Amino acid sequence: MSTPVPEAGPCAAWEGLLNGYLDGELDAAHVMDVERHLAGCPACAGALQRMTLVRRVVSQDDVRWRAPPALRDSVVAALARERSAAVAQPLARPSGIAALVGRLRAMLPALRQWSIIPSLAVVAAALLLVVLPPRGGSSLEEELVAGHVRSLLAEHLTDVASSNQHTVKPWFGGKIDFSPPVVDLAARGFPLAGGRLDYIGGRVVAALVYRRNGHVINVFVWPAGSDAHVDRAFMARAREGYTLLNWTEAGLTYWAISDLNTVELKEFQEDFLEALPK
Amino acid sequence: MAELSARHGHAAPAADRGHDGAAAARFDALILPHLDAAYNLARYLSRDPDAAQDIVQDAFLRAYRSFADFRGLSPRAWLLAIVRNCHATWRMQHRRAPQSAPLPHGDGEAPEDAASLLVDGDTPESLLLRRTEAEAVRALLEHLPEPLREVLVLRELDELSYREIAEVAGVPVGTVMSRLSRARRLFADLWSRAAPDGEAVP
Repeated sequence: MSTPVPEAGPCAAWEGLLNGYLDGELDAAHVMDVERHLAGCPACAGALQRMTLVRRVVSQDDVRWRAPPALRDSVVAALARERSAAVAQPLARPSGIAALVGRLRAMLPALRQWSIIPSLAVVAAALLLVVLPPRGGSSLEEELVAGHVRSLLAEHLTDVASSNQHTVKPWFGGKIDFSPPVVDLAARGFPLAGGRLDYIGGRVVAALVYRRNGHVINVFVWPAGSDAHVDRAFMARAREGYTLLNWTEAGLTYWAISDLNTVELKEFQEDFLEALPK
Repeated sequence: MAELSARHGHAAPAADRGHDGAAAARFDALILPHLDAAYNLARYLSRDPDAAQDIVQDAFLRAYRSFADFRGLSPRAWLLAIVRNCHATWRMQHRRAPQSAPLPHGDGEAPEDAASLLVDGDTPESLLLRRTEAEAVRALLEHLPEPLREVLVLRELDELSYREIAEVAGVPVGTVMSRLSRARRLFADLWSRAAPDGEAVP
């Protein structure tokens, strides 16, 4: 990363934070860290000044390209054609399962790519720590991703570390007002690592931690209350390189999240459901 | 800019007959206003005015057809993600030698030396011979390797958050951050070479 730039570069460890600082993406604690560092480091202060210059120069209004009027007209015309065609012959939308399978299939190449570069994912996760929760309208999924990443980074994977379900399950007793089922999936290649409490969507939830080779799976569990807008069909999402699976079973909402690919996480979910006490 | 005057043309066509009229109106209200942003991204990615028009046209049709799947992202980020995909498709179909900057190196592995980005007999000074500063900035941006150019455009011109950029570009947030760092460093370097006594900070 050594660059023969004329000016002294910023401290290597701070460059990412300086960018995050400029972009308003840091939390308050990191903002203070950066400001304290800037006060005593001319190299970083200079780098920040150059970044600010880049922003000012690049974000001038005339730098932005604007759609030519002819393009606007042709887009509007194409949309109108599309609409009249759709009225004449409604497109048969694929039914639920087929659409889901199609979507999963479309995700696969991207997910494979993730697994090839696990080191990148680690770097990404490390950097995620300093990125603020999105300004306004933080969604449940973002909170779940944040919870997962937090558990990996803050060395706070488990409050109760045990591979024994009969140790983990009672541990939750008295700490939360529901009892999450804890199942042993070691035989299926998903050994239990433990459990902990986490805080998602404004309430304390149970988090079960399983492992798959080098990967960690967090399963967040809470009672499916009024927010149970999710039907029984599982949903898979990919977010920031993580896969999320959501399902509802016996009055509890489950969110499994991991950097495993969708197929493996789905396997986990199936094994988990199968092992539940009937 | 001459295009400015025609910016706010007729935005919502009266095509909301039929059973999906509400969806059509919603599309016009949410997505169509980002036409300029779509063109801007397509233009910077392709560096080709005609291709940018084709890409945007294609992107709007795709967006309209998959509008039922729109959720989560901001409308602008969602549309820009589609523009980016359409650009990738166009690129595959017209796989031709890049005219100016060297191809992006793998996963954004850009050369760190800004001078190596100047090809075609361009010198920093010749870039500044453009008529206006904005034109010089455009030319410099076009010299950045694509992954870096992309994040810089999405951040500084579209003002997307890191998370949104990550979703549009299909990379983790950490990659967005490191690309943005490199993009700014390279741009600042090019800019200071181009304007040694002007804007550059000491």
